[in-house]
Amino acid sequence: MSKIASAFDHGKAFIPFITCGDPDLETTEDVVLAAVENGADLIELGIPFSDPTAEGPVIQEANLRALTLNGGVTTDEIFDLVRRLRRKVEIPMVFMTYANVVFSYGAERFISTCKDVGIDGLILPDIPYEEKGEFQPLCSKYGVDLISFIAPTSENRISMIAREAEGFLYVVSSLGVTGVRSEIRTDIAAMARLVRQHTDIPFAVGFGISTPEQARNMSRVADGVIVGSAIIRLLGEYGKDAPEYVGAYVKKMKEAIM
Amino acid sequence: MTDPKGRFGVHGGQYIPETLMNAVIELEEAYDHYKNDPEFNRELNELFREYAGRPSGLYFAEKMTKDLGGARIYLKREDLNHTGSHKINNVLGQALLAKKMGKTRLIAETGAGQHGVATATAAALMDMECVVFMGEEDTMRQALNVYRMRLLGATVVPVKTGTATLKDAVSEAMREWTSRIADTHYCLGSVMGPHPFPTIVRDFQAVISKEIKEQLMKKEGKLPDAVLACVGGGSNSMGSFYHFIEDKSVRLIGCEAAGRGIDTFETAATVNTGRPGIFHGMKSYFCQDEYGQIAPVYSISAGLDYPGVGPEHAWLHDIGRAEYVPVTDEEAVCAFEYLSRTEGIIPAIESAHAVSHAMKLAPMMKPEQIIVITISGRGDKDCAAIARYRGEDIHE
Repeated sequence: MSKIASAFDHGKAFIPFITCGDPDLETTEDVVLAAVENGADLIELGIPFSDPTAEGPVIQEANLRALTLNGGVTTDEIFDLVRRLRRKVEIPMVFMTYANVVFSYGAERFISTCKDVGIDGLILPDIPYEEKGEFQPLCSKYGVDLISFIAPTSENRISMIAREAEGFLYVVSSLGVTGVRSEIRTDIAAMARLVRQHTDIPFAVGFGISTPEQARNMSRVADGVIVGSAIIRLLGEYGKDAPEYVGAYVKKMKEAIM
Repeated sequence: MTDPKGRFGVHGGQYIPETLMNAVIELEEAYDHYKNDPEFNRELNELFREYAGRPSGLYFAEKMTKDLGGARIYLKREDLNHTGSHKINNVLGQALLAKKMGKTRLIAETGAGQHGVATATAAALMDMECVVFMGEEDTMRQALNVYRMRLLGATVVPVKTGTATLKDAVSEAMREWTSRIADTHYCLGSVMGPHPFPTIVRDFQAVISKEIKEQLMKKEGKLPDAVLACVGGGSNSMGSFYHFIEDKSVRLIGCEAAGRGIDTFETAATVNTGRPGIFHGMKSYFCQDEYGQIAPVYSISAGLDYPGVGPEHAWLHDIGRAEYVPVTDEEAVCAFEYLSRTEGIIPAIESAHAVSHAMKLAPMMKPEQIIVITISGRGDKDCAAIARYRGEDIHE
């Protein structure tokens, strides 16, 4: 069993998403520590990509800030950040990035470095089930979980995906790209039942969740909730001063789903 | 795990979010059915003939041939198609397919505006809603085409993210498709993106090489020695090459936009300066930095200003079947002016890249040899921009 499972041992898991290097790596480090102190169960670290096609405007802008401010961050600098964080952080951490970031670094070099620095899983939104053969054997070799997605359009694909899922399943709450939504209409409970028929691994819901009430509703049927854009907004607004605001937000969200 | 689909050697594939997987599977199934359906093909051929004006001419450029003093030069006149470019071939095919699939709305990306105009045209003809995503930079470079699309009833969405050019328009169209799938078909304009798009677009554009072969056989009784076409994403070139791939004596030459030169950062010559990567749903060659960040490419031609190339071209390059040569802005502008003066044909600045290379190649060939250049579109849309490039203060 992977280390990621331990994130779901303390009630429903709260999973914050943070874009590395937005606005700089020192701030990212402080934001992660603030999130951990305030009850985050698993940290999703985004490696910025120039053209993040699965993201809405808020995370697109965070990617742009991370790649342009102070000369921009690189994959190697982000590995160093994780090395530093691992001296203080024990909860699971996963990377979220796009296939080209991994591919161009050299998939084996990237995934083996993930293991070396203490990354537990990899989320690649542009790698569907059909293409995972390119990365899955390397992830298995180095003990890094390749996280699978299930979307509201997955329907007949759910059993196939769930059966081979590892770490946790990332359930996309609604159509479209990442970003805050006022309302989530997808029948997550029905998706949850289908998932449960095929796998015992935990599943977390992401895309569009920002308020404690939305998180509480989702946590009734899911094992965890993932929040990205709402946190990135705080970074966009407060920049280097964001850690205390993110800490307070994480505390509020974790309490809502306890 | 299932076998990855839609591969051209190592290139191609389906690198897209899970949200879109059932949509591309549905598209593939529909296409596999209709491509062999006699009624579908009858309707499409009728549209090609009656609406788009196919077959397009294969014109012997006698003055150019004499002037360059080498190979006999033929021009495949895709510029004479309805809407003024080869883009209509693919769009009529995809719009008809989408209609059969029960879709009521088309979305598209556009660079120079040619694919956007073609999609807006097909949507008007087939009573479909149409939304076109266009980089804000391109909406300014090609203002007249923005008006054309609106005139045809389409909504044009200026894309402000990234470099505000074709790549960002593709990204935004993909984002839009993930948010609205049930009634919407993404009418992708080039031989790129996730499977099955590179195959679908190539098949609908292959009419170009099919006609060249038949027309040249009638006029000259033989195959050409070289076929030249410009390459951005690569749809007119793939269409021009396709039926000659098996004819090993025919040189296939794709002309890439080198911008200010392949030794500068201001270039869009993907095969010449890029390396393998994964982006916009496909594995292929991309202009990118050492960490895989997609490079902000540049070309005077909005239609070639793209950091990637279709996966089948990447494969043709890998196996050495096609050659990809860089052509700079300055060379393309000279060819734009040359063809206008010599043959009275104003080519699109995209197509002028192919004309330019032919001007270098023809004098080195024998008089009995034959070059075919695909004139993928007409140049009216480019006149103001080229005039400004030459220092004249002309605005549309």
